[in-house]
Order: sequence, then C-alpha cells, then structure tokens
Amino acid sequence: MIYEGKQRIWSDYQKEIPDDHYFYVRSCIRQAFFTGSEVAFLDITRNRLGKDIFESEHHTTCGGIAYHSDTIPHETVMTIVARQFALMHKYGYENYVCSCITSFGVYAETLETWREFPELQAKIAEILMKTCRLEFAKPKYIVHASDLIFKFRYQIAARAVHKLVNVRTGKPLKVVEHIGCHYSKMFPSKGVGGAEYPYVLAGMVEAWGGEVVDYPERRHCCGFGFRQYFVQANRGYSLSNTHKKFESMEPYHPDCIVTNCPGCPYFLDRWQYVIAEQTGKTYGGDGRGIPVLTYEEMAGLVMGYDPWDLGLQTHQTPVESLLDKMGIVYDEKSKYLGKGGKDLGQPAHPSCLKI
Amino acid sequence: MSKLYDLLMQDYRIREGLNACINCGTCTAICPAAEFYRYDPRQIVNIVQSQDEAAIEELLKSETIWYCGECMSCVTRCPRKNAPGLIIMALRSLSIDLGYFIESEKGRQQYVLCKDLCGNILDYGYCVYPRNFDSAGHPEAGPVWAWEEKHLDEVFERLGGNLDGDGPGACRRIPQEDLDQIQRIFDETGGTARLETVRKAAEKKAAELGLSVEEFAEKVNTTCSPFHFNH
Ligand code: SF4
Ligand code: SF4
Repeated sequence: MIYEGKQRIWSDYQKEIPDDHYFYVRSCIRQAFFTGSEVAFLDITRNRLGKDIFESEHHTTCGGIAYHSDTIPHETVMTIVARQFALMHKYGYENYVCSCITSFGVYAETLETWREFPELQAKIAEILMKTCRLEFAKPKYIVHASDLIFKFRYQIAARAVHKLVNVRTGKPLKVVEHIGCHYSKMFPSKGVGGAEYPYVLAGMVEAWGGEVVDYPERRHCCGFGFRQYFVQANRGYSLSNTHKKFESMEPYHPDCIVTNCPGCPYFLDRWQYVIAEQTGKTYGGDGRGIPVLTYEEMAGLVMGYDPWDLGLQTHQTPVESLLDKMGIVYDEKSKYLGKGGKDLGQPAHPSCLKI
Repeated sequence: MSKLYDLLMQDYRIREGLNACINCGTCTAICPAAEFYRYDPRQIVNIVQSQDEAAIEELLKSETIWYCGECMSCVTRCPRKNAPGLIIMALRSLSIDLGYFIESEKGRQQYVLCKDLCGNILDYGYCVYPRNFDSAGHPEAGPVWAWEEKHLDEVFERLGGNLDGDGPGACRRIPQEDLDQIQRIFDETGGTARLETVRKAAEKKAAELGLSVEEFAEKVNTTCSPFHFNH
C-alpha cells in the first residue's frame, strides 16, 4: 500500500523529455568556467548517441543573472527570453535545451507569467518584433541539459568504461548530489522528481553504480545568491552557506559531489579552498578536499574521456582521489598542458589544500 | 490606500507572488539569508500586505530588502503559495525606480552590479565574460584561476572552446547585429532607463561623499558594516 502510494506521488513528478531534435543554448558561467562540460555534453549527445542538438551563434545570455541581481527590469528579461525562443523557431526547432539552471528557472517563470497574463505575452511579442524583427514563438518542450543526460543514463551506462565503484573495495562510491535551487524549487512540476524527490542527478548516480548520500542540508542552497557573490562585500553569505553544507555532509564521508547548476560546482569547489586556507580544515580526509563534478564531467569519466579533456585541471579542489578510486589511469604530466602539448606552466600550490 | 502598494501591485511578480500571508514563518525558517543576515521574509510579506504607506517606504529605503539571495527556497514551502523571493524582486525594482536604493549600504551596491553585469551583456552578450573576471578581484577563485587567466586563450583552445571566435561554441564572439538587438531591447523595455537612474543616483551620492565615481564603486564593492549580521 505504502509503496503504491509512493509510486503514485512519484508519477506526479515525471516530466516528458523528448528523445531528439533540440535547440541548444549555453550558460554564461558554464561556458566560461566549465567549458569542457558543455563540449562533453555536445559530444556525448551528438557524436556518441547520434542526437540532433543544434546551436546558433546568434543566441545570447538569457539575462537571468542580471535579472536575479535586479539590474534589469522584468520586461527586459522577458524580451531577451522571447528572442531566444524566436531563434529556436526560426531554425525550425520546437524542443529547447538549456545548459543553465538560472535560465531554466527564468524560462519556467516567464512561460508561467505569460500563461497567467496573456496581455503581457502579446506586449512582449510586439516589442520583440519592433526591436528584433523576429516572430514570437514558444517551445513545445523545455528541458535542462541534465534532464537529457538523465534520460540517456542507461545508454551511457551501457557504454561505461568505468563505474562509480571503488575498484579497491568493490563498493559503490558515495556521491553527494546537489541540485540548483532554480531547477525545481519554484516550479516543482518542471523538474524530474519535483522539489520533494528530485531525481535528476540521483538517477544518474544509481545508473552508473554509485550510492547517493542523504544528509541533513542536502537541499540547502550553495549560497550563490547573485548579488551575494558578485559584490565583494557580500561574499561571506556565499561562503557561509557552502560551509554549512560541508559541515553537514562531512560525517557521511562522500567520495565526490555532483551538481547540475552553473554556480554550485564553482562555489562548492572554490569555497573548499577558501575554508582550507582560512581555517586549515579540509573535508576530503587526506587534506585534498572532496572533488566536485558537473554531471557531464561525471558522465565523461564513466564513458572513459580523458579527465584533462573534460577540464578537471581547472578545478581548485583536486579530483585525483576520485580518479584513483574509479581506477582511471591518467597522465599527471599532461594535466596543465595546452593543445598539442604546449607548456603553460603550472598554477601555484595553495598553502593548505593539497593538490 | 497606499500609493506605494498600488505601484507594487503593478508588478506582475507581486500579482503572482502575494496571497493572504498567515504569518506562519515557514519562509523564514527555510531561508538561507535569514540565517546569515538580520532578515525575516515573513515580516516583509506582512508589511507589504499591510498596505501601510510609511512602513513600505521605510522598507524600500532599508538594508533589509537587499539581503535575499533569490534562491526561491521559500516558494516551495509557503503553505499559501506566496513567493517572498518574487515580492523582494518587486520591492527592489521599485526601490531603484524611485531612487530609494541609494539610501542604504547594500542598495548602493546596485551601481557596481549594473555596471558589471549589464556592461557584459551589452558589450559581449553574456552576463559573465571570462576576460572581465579578474583574479585580483576574485581571490577565492584560487591559484588555478590565476593560472587560467594568464593562459585563457590556450586553456579555451585545449578544452575545445571558441573564445572570441566566429560561429557557435563556448564564449564565442556574438555578432554585432545580435548585440544591437539586445541594446534595442534594453532601450525599449526600460533596461537602459534603469541603468541611467542608477548611474545618476550613484554620481550624486559620490559627489555628496566627496568621492570620484571610481572611488565610490570601490567603496560600495568592499564596504561591509557589522550591523547586517545575525551573529
Ligand atoms: S528567495 Fe530570498 S527570501 Fe526566499 S528563501 Fe531564498 S533568500 Fe530567503
Ligand atoms: S511561508 Fe508564506 S504564509 Fe508563511 S509567513 Fe512566509 S509568506 Fe507568509
């Protein structure tokens, strides 16, 4: 009975994710700081799984970070969003996949506002035509890039070269999954598993052999807070929230963290470095911290990509402890090399966090 | 009736995000900002719903409305389907439009945010542009970013990005015709007007404080008084 009830609740939170033919839009933060992740997303979906994922150079920011930093009015962000959708339509697509969680939230919010206030939608369509000479259109489906990797998780598992399993002990790796707040906290029905049972990352972890860590602050915000990070004077807000999460997950000894938001992997990675430098405390057990991955980085490792092709050398918290546990052979000497083996020197070593 | 309340009600986010608040405090219990700052979203929703002109004006000039991180965790939990995070966004917009934001230490930070984020959007088409993310201003980005900053073109090339390049790809140069469209959207929808409002208010405040606008920006970006904190 209880099981059936749970199944019923769970079925309320299923979302339809089309199998193919998407218009792809990038994330400002991810293309700048997790370049290899977006490259891997396109390589996995297009080249390994044979999907049609189209990108146009004409798309821009959705304006989401500026909007949530209260620097642009509501109508400005809505018209930028309308422009992105219009480009999708112009290129003959009706499925829209975005790399950014802030964008995903902005799209969900905008579509809901237009649904509730059709006169506003009409006004935005008019402004769009006037400013960009583009025809207003709405996507049939909007998904986040992590929804697609979730959908294809078993196909990825079938191509796995490595599993989320400790090769020495044979036990599943313990993975903390951190979902971006704007994925489903505002509009639960838009995310896989809703806000109560978010399953988008947990589903990947389980399909690839790992075990999800449940800890008290699992759903707490990473602390990005937009203006709470971009203004130097406010960064303590961001740091304290990440600190709270690490203190809460520490007793569960996670082997790694996986995220689906642009900011979260950056903050969970960089604030570990700051906590170590400020207090001498590290969370990884061996002075190296807990590796933080994007879902594409995790999928890439599972599929046998070279960690340095994925960009794991650009993390501040080192990932080698995870690579060793997964039995991944990597070349230490090529970690910081440029294309064609070009010598780019090496980053300085932090004073506390071991790398 | 409150004039300010009427102005707020013109904002679609308030129309979507404010139903009768029962003052249960659930939003405050889950709020990451409430733990860190002297901040109570329940009280903010209550003040707005009170329609008390003086109290709303005080709120619009206060530090309080700038503490929220817009994570929207409160939206999931409110039993009345309120969205304190959206109400905050409407309050902030009105505070900027009326020039009240310049009265508070945290509100003044809008100057730096507008300059940096909207500057990136209008110049490059991105909210964040890697060449403008300097390691000197972001020491928390660590020595690895200092290294990457020094070799940005090579690291992008190594990882398959397209920094400032033609065609699609990560951090490509967005064509001028598209940037022109974004500029026209800003002009038509009040984006440019907001930037002007913020710039003028900041210049006036800087003059009052005897600072150049650059000194003002630096002060705003780095000043943090202890009275904001809960602990
Ligand atoms: S959106 Fe703002 S008020 Fe709501 S929980 Fe997040 S920080 Fe608190
Ligand atoms: S959770 Fe909702 S009803 Fe309760 S105090 Fe907050 S806004 Fe009011």
